Amino acid sequence: MKRFVICAAIVAAAMSFIGCQRSQAPVLFHPQGQPQTLGEWHVLSSDGTRLTLNQGVEPYALNTALFSDYAHKLRTIWMPPGTKAKYDANDAFDFPVGTIISKTFYYPRAEGGAVLRVAEQKGESANGLDLSKVRLIETRLLVRRQTGWTALPYVWNEAQTEATLARAGDTVPLTMHKPDGSAKTDFAYQVPDENQCAGCHSTNNTTRELHPIGPKARHLNRDDPWHPGENQLAHMVSLGRLEGLPGAGVAHNARLDDASASVESRARAYLDVNCGHCHSQVGPADTSGLWLDAGTDDTRRLGLCKPPVAAGQGTGDHLFDIVPGKPDDSILVYRMSSLDPGAMMPEVGRATVHEEGVAVVRQWIADWLGNCTSDGAHVAMR
Amino acid sequence: MKRIVLGVAITMGLAALAACQQQPQPAAPAASTDFQKVLIERLLDAKPGDVIEIPAGRHAFDRSLTLRVNGVTIRGAGMDKTILSFKDQKAGAEGLLVNAGDFTLENLAIEDAKGDGLKINEGANITIRGVRVEWTGGPKTSNGAYGIYPVQTTNVLIEDSVAIGASDAGIYVGQSKNVVVRRNRAERNVAGIEIENTIGADVYENTATQNTGGILVFNMPNLPQPGHTTRVYRNKVFENNTDNFAAKGAAVASVPAGSGIVINSNDQVEIFDNDIADNQTANVIVSSYFSTGYMTDKGVAKTFDPYPEEIAIHGNRFKGGGDRPDGFDLKALKVAMFGLNGRLPDVLWDGYVNAQRAGGPQVCIDNGQAQTLNADGPNKYKNPSVVTDKVRCTLPPLPVVTLPSEAAATTAKAAPSA
Repeated sequence: MKRFVICAAIVAAAMSFIGCQRSQAPVLFHPQGQPQTLGEWHVLSSDGTRLTLNQGVEPYALNTALFSDYAHKLRTIWMPPGTKAKYDANDAFDFPVGTIISKTFYYPRAEGGAVLRVAEQKGESANGLDLSKVRLIETRLLVRRQTGWTALPYVWNEAQTEATLARAGDTVPLTMHKPDGSAKTDFAYQVPDENQCAGCHSTNNTTRELHPIGPKARHLNRDDPWHPGENQLAHMVSLGRLEGLPGAGVAHNARLDDASASVESRARAYLDVNCGHCHSQVGPADTSGLWLDAGTDDTRRLGLCKPPVAAGQGTGDHLFDIVPGKPDDSILVYRMSSLDPGAMMPEVGRATVHEEGVAVVRQWIADWLGNCTSDGAHVAMR
Repeated sequence: MKRIVLGVAITMGLAALAACQQQPQPAAPAASTDFQKVLIERLLDAKPGDVIEIPAGRHAFDRSLTLRVNGVTIRGAGMDKTILSFKDQKAGAEGLLVNAGDFTLENLAIEDAKGDGLKINEGANITIRGVRVEWTGGPKTSNGAYGIYPVQTTNVLIEDSVAIGASDAGIYVGQSKNVVVRRNRAERNVAGIEIENTIGADVYENTATQNTGGILVFNMPNLPQPGHTTRVYRNKVFENNTDNFAAKGAAVASVPAGSGIVINSNDQVEIFDNDIADNQTANVIVSSYFSTGYMTDKGVAKTFDPYPEEIAIHGNRFKGGGDRPDGFDLKALKVAMFGLNGRLPDVLWDGYVNAQRAGGPQVCIDNGQAQTLNADGPNKYKNPSVVTDKVRCTLPPLPVVTLPSEAAATTAKAAPSA
């Protein structure tokens, strides 16, 4: 404890010194250990009025992103100078040792200490973040070390000047409402502990190695919000940060909020990024036989008339994962709409219902034709 | 060293708890969350070979615990002394989730988890000993699904443990290999003990009572591993008559209240030398996936074998049961065939068979005076018949399950005298 205090004091002193020089020390990759403050990485810095990105720290955006209680997210990648990520058609890119991926969770501020439930505005984080307008919650780092990826969650202090390592996770009580003051919600925002980070990022449950989830071609293949008119992947190549990008045929997930995209493509993109890292042939949820990643086409694997394996009370009294044409009878919708820790999906990282996401999945299921009965389906012994 | 530090950190809380516990008061002492951060960080920092000791006391958690390091032992001071309470859990789908092998959990209790009590997902050499997982409010649909729940595991030992109140299965071993479940007590769950899609399980000397179904051996569709080879012997399976409180859609929701031992769609199952008594639907049920109500052509893999085959039932001691079957169909069946005061036979078989299979289903029930009823499921129960003598046959005994740890212990014991 004492050691931590000393560390923090040193860092605070160091940061004010750097502030005087009006330039940041370069990003500092820690090949091992658990730096107690986010500041020690020099990826992001805050003087309490603005959160800024250090030199070489590149922001990025996803088509459809994982839902986290309506939090906005500022995502960045830093790679050691001269290194490049290797393109992969399906999985996360292969990033060099020394890579630091950051994700800062924040909300637009509302009156009285509450936060706003609004969609992310284009360019709202173009020059970092104006801290008079947003409330920072946490910054998660995913760090590529020699031994593999490590997850480190940092929670911001009230002054928004520093974030401190919270390996055991944290609970942040929040009140959230819409700009017109309606739909006021009190909820306990859950910062995951390090092992819970792995619960999502360990995309292969047998190797249990951590991997980034967002930086995949199909999520990144979009316009670059910070460089309008440019494709984000092409921009990474032009920066010398990505190699192996094919000239054509790069996968592309739909954006949830793109009304011009089909319902199916939006629903599948949503399920892919929110569920597919666990619900895949090798993920932690492979025990369920339900695969929701982008590569799955077998409708039974996607849940059509599929009986659950071990959902327990998570069935919500429904018989099948997806009943065609009947979202209200589908376990998938029930679990996405639940806030009961024993029934809800995803299992962590959510304390509110994503109404827009559920709506698209409901619409997708509503569009399916057919039914789940066949010979023998009504001869239950009971 | 670390163990000592851990002990010191919670000493203050403990002193208070110990004081409370010395008084013979029925109400549980208030749980403290002081220990939560300590234990989470201990789990994060664990190294192979570590023993994490959790002292006596009632420790509260509002989020699930996770272990991801191989070779760790978590040990309490006893299943009624060291209690991890998840009554106020706000996040996480389990009490304790383990993604690791060479894992031992012993001598503690996990109470009132919102989801599963203890889930172990993938890993070899798993020992659960003297662990109680309980939902303290009794049977409720809102209770967590599984008490002790290893899935996709190999070399699993669950012994001297207790599971109470699970809304699905108290002890549930799924998609695993080489499993021993012995000397446990399962009560007031929907399924007391369930072996599902598992290859090689010995289930013996357990007590299963007051569940909806006592001991279940099931196969579910759409999973990479179909189960087979389970021996259920020397168990006490009685009075499993609790109303089914599973949520609809759960596999066990189709189990009639009053089921002793149920085999569904599994193959190579041997049930022998058990005391099976007073299960009001039937002491033993042999059924196919067609009888669950979940069979659909779109949702079930074509490769799935829904028929129970190579089933041997012999040498059990049956008493009572069959007198108050659950569900309209079975009630009607009982009255029609055996009269108002009669009872269904000890073994109830739904009668679905794969006509393509050479040698027939090999459902062999050779159990003295015990009778077997073929309920004629394929014809919607139109022509049920007692088939006791038609199914009297024998199958070769199934192999004994040997765990590597016990094989090594046996060798070590034998070595000095050699």
